[in-house]
Amino acid sequence: MIKFLLMVNKQGQTRLSKYYEHVDIGKRAALEADVVKGCLFRKKEECSFVEYKDYKLVYRQYAALFIVVGITDNENELSIYELVHNFVEVLDKYFSRVSELDIMFNLDKVHIILDEMILNGHVVETNKNRILAPLLALDKMAEG
Amino acid sequence: MPAPIRLRELIRTIRTARTQAEEREMIQKECAAIRSSFREEDNTYRCRNVAKLLYMHMLGYPAHFGQLECLKLIASQKFTDKRIGYLGAMLLLDERQDVHLLMTNCIKNDLNHSTQYVQGLALCTLGCMGSSEMCRDLAGEVEKLLKTSNSYLRKKAALCAVHVIRKVPELMEMFLPATKNLLSEKNHGVLHTSVVLLTEMCERSPDMLTHFRKLVPQLVRILKNLIMSGYSPEHDVSGISDPFLQVRILRLLRILGKSDDDSSEAMNDILAQVATNTETSKNVGNAILYETVLTIMDIKSESGLRVLAINILGRFLLNNDKNIRYVALTSLLKTVQTDHNAVQRHRSTIVDCLKDLDVSIKRRAMELSFALVNGNNIRGMMKELLYFLDSCDPEFKADCASGVFLAAEKRWVLQNPTINAGSYVRDDSVPNLIQLITNSVEMHAYTVQRLYKALLDDISQQPLVQVASWCIGEYGDLLVSGQCEEEELHCAGLCDISILCLNPFYSLLVSSRIKKVVSIYGSSIDVELQQRAVEYNALFKKYDHMRPALLERMPIMEKTATNGPTEIVQTNGETESSALDSKHPPSITQPTNQANDLLDLLGGNDVPVIQTALPTKPASAGGELLDLLGDLSLSGGPTPAPAPSVPISQTPFLLDGLSSQPLFNDTAAGIPPMTAYNKNGLKIEFTFERSNPNPNISVITIHASNSTEADMTDFVFQAAVPKTFQLQLLSPSSNIVPALNQGSVTQVIRVLNPQKQQLRMRIKLTYTLKGAPVQDLAEVNNFPPQSWQ
Repeated sequence: MIKFLLMVNKQGQTRLSKYYEHVDIGKRAALEADVVKGCLFRKKEECSFVEYKDYKLVYRQYAALFIVVGITDNENELSIYELVHNFVEVLDKYFSRVSELDIMFNLDKVHIILDEMILNGHVVETNKNRILAPLLALDKMAEG
Repeated sequence: MPAPIRLRELIRTIRTARTQAEEREMIQKECAAIRSSFREEDNTYRCRNVAKLLYMHMLGYPAHFGQLECLKLIASQKFTDKRIGYLGAMLLLDERQDVHLLMTNCIKNDLNHSTQYVQGLALCTLGCMGSSEMCRDLAGEVEKLLKTSNSYLRKKAALCAVHVIRKVPELMEMFLPATKNLLSEKNHGVLHTSVVLLTEMCERSPDMLTHFRKLVPQLVRILKNLIMSGYSPEHDVSGISDPFLQVRILRLLRILGKSDDDSSEAMNDILAQVATNTETSKNVGNAILYETVLTIMDIKSESGLRVLAINILGRFLLNNDKNIRYVALTSLLKTVQTDHNAVQRHRSTIVDCLKDLDVSIKRRAMELSFALVNGNNIRGMMKELLYFLDSCDPEFKADCASGVFLAAEKRWVLQNPTINAGSYVRDDSVPNLIQLITNSVEMHAYTVQRLYKALLDDISQQPLVQVASWCIGEYGDLLVSGQCEEEELHCAGLCDISILCLNPFYSLLVSSRIKKVVSIYGSSIDVELQQRAVEYNALFKKYDHMRPALLERMPIMEKTATNGPTEIVQTNGETESSALDSKHPPSITQPTNQANDLLDLLGGNDVPVIQTALPTKPASAGGELLDLLGDLSLSGGPTPAPAPSVPISQTPFLLDGLSSQPLFNDTAAGIPPMTAYNKNGLKIEFTFERSNPNPNISVITIHASNSTEADMTDFVFQAAVPKTFQLQLLSPSSNIVPALNQGSVTQVIRVLNPQKQQLRMRIKLTYTLKGAPVQDLAEVNNFPPQSWQ
């Protein structure tokens, strides 16, 4: 299962964090810093899977933003790698050419999208239209 | 009070902060504003405030005062409020807070709400952070939702059920009827989550596993449709139709097919199809192939399929993409146990991966290389691995060094003491390494020289110091000069090990410098150091005659079971004859592997030392060289040989338990017995044993038998040897040789033959036969060559 999902920029600032397994608030900062350090300093030729403590990290870089997913050993790493890309594509569709600023200023909406995709550490839905349906309905409600 | 700022404003303000302190200030100001706003119980802006609070929480600032507000939002009727409320609950609350139980009622109501989105929200929250009490209360509702026709809700309900099962396993049966037609859904979301639910149930309970086995054909059909169907825009990812679902189904098939022949057979075709038809140019295809390979390996597939799987992995290894290579190495590690030969074919590629720049790949390659080491390729592999050890990062060195020792142990080949990694070696490898060194007798000289040189360079690595000082102490005579010892003593300083290296001293050269150093430690603060120093001091002063025996070489240690660094790869696909059958008699209690501390090995477990530490007899009896011609009264004789358990009170460590030890080893190395004397009815036979701890000692047992009609009483056997030998006679079994070969008298002789010369002996026999004393001298020259070589 997925343990957590983080979006961190190159300066080490967390843009989004979602934990599917409880981690103490105090420990979260340390964990994020550690994870970021592990991923930021990897070179281009190195593979996207890092072994960290007793689980694995799958990371993917998009411009200045790193998306890091912590998974347990029994997950298919390549599949999660694809999932990250899927997530970014959904964001892209909703925000039309998403950038880091979009994510920052619309954090609650990004959370909603993420909740539609991953529930309790497992994948719920990967179809872009179906993921965005509730959010679009919510937007319409807010306007009206 | 002015309206609270919107979230965007807050974010913008925070971004303008230039230092951490500024940011903290801004946030604290905003927190205060939010708090006062909460106190006013303002409904309109609560949503906004909580959103801001969540943002600040993400940055790491405390936000617990917002928990109750989240609950109020959840209870509100507006969807926007509920949304933020539930989000806040998921982020801020968990089952450790007491507040969360208050949510139960809200969630219950929302699960029955008319709007599906609200229901979905409730399911999501319950699925993420529901505690066991909440789950118990609401399981019924979840189950109801699992049966609805609304696919949006069904998929969420499925995952919520997974959470409920995890928290309250007893409720699993409740969800069983609902799963009946889960797989007949068309909606991929529902399919996906149903497969997850089924996987969870199968993993938790073997009964469920057998129950769900009948679903295998259905799963196979779904998978087939996915592959065969043409382009479907809904789920397409780079040309493959819903790879996520495919991967999930493959995983469930793996669980169902494990150790079950029928299911495995049903799956064979589809697995072959997936393996051959999937396009591998993109990562997606490789993800599916990876899962397929794992499934093939785990179920009882036919051999053709297995070969196909290993070939796929081999292809992965040659791929340029790092990710794929990493994945291939991981799966090969899992399969090396069962399909060892197939993996061996890819050995050269794996060894190449050791040189890769990527840390993860290097680690995998290293583990796999250790798994592949066997008798044939040990030399080549060791070369590569040692090169890797030298050049790799520190975090690897510990495991690599330990792995090298483990592999070396199994093959009894110590190619090259890996000095550089000395400091990184794990503690428990130290006794193993020492064992290894003692076993490779021919390497002693080389080993000790290398170790000494390394020690001169760098004294700080503790395991290295332990090993080196032990070896130098043991084999110091192989080092060139006696000077080395003393210098090292000074360097070792406070380390306990310094006392260790005094321990088995070669020769009787006790130089004054060493005595001085030891006496310094006699007043050290550390109790153990002090005790040992005093003991050694006493030894130097008083017991000169015992010192040589005490300070002889340590015998070769018997191998004990070792815990290697990679426990998975203990058997390298070969049958290991129990290498624990060693040459030593089983009566020696073995050092258990908890003896991480080297001191324990030599101190607490004093057994091996005792073997050779039989004290020579006090004064001149027995142990001394004898004049060939005269004075035979000194050898043996009726004086009973003092029992070997001479108590020496000051050195309890070394000589404890002496009395419990057998005096000689039992290995008859096949040396034929010989008749030494046969005259007047008295026949004396010699049988030989080779004393194992020290190859220079021969143990001869004499059997005296009497073929005359009368007993021979007062029987005394004495022996003398040339000056280059040392002789020790132990007490005879009795003084009376019974008549007519009814029994025999046995006596043990130990001969030390350091120069390996031809053994010669003169014997003198005295006995009384029929009242008349008889005395006879004889020379024994016909010792078989094996007894003294």
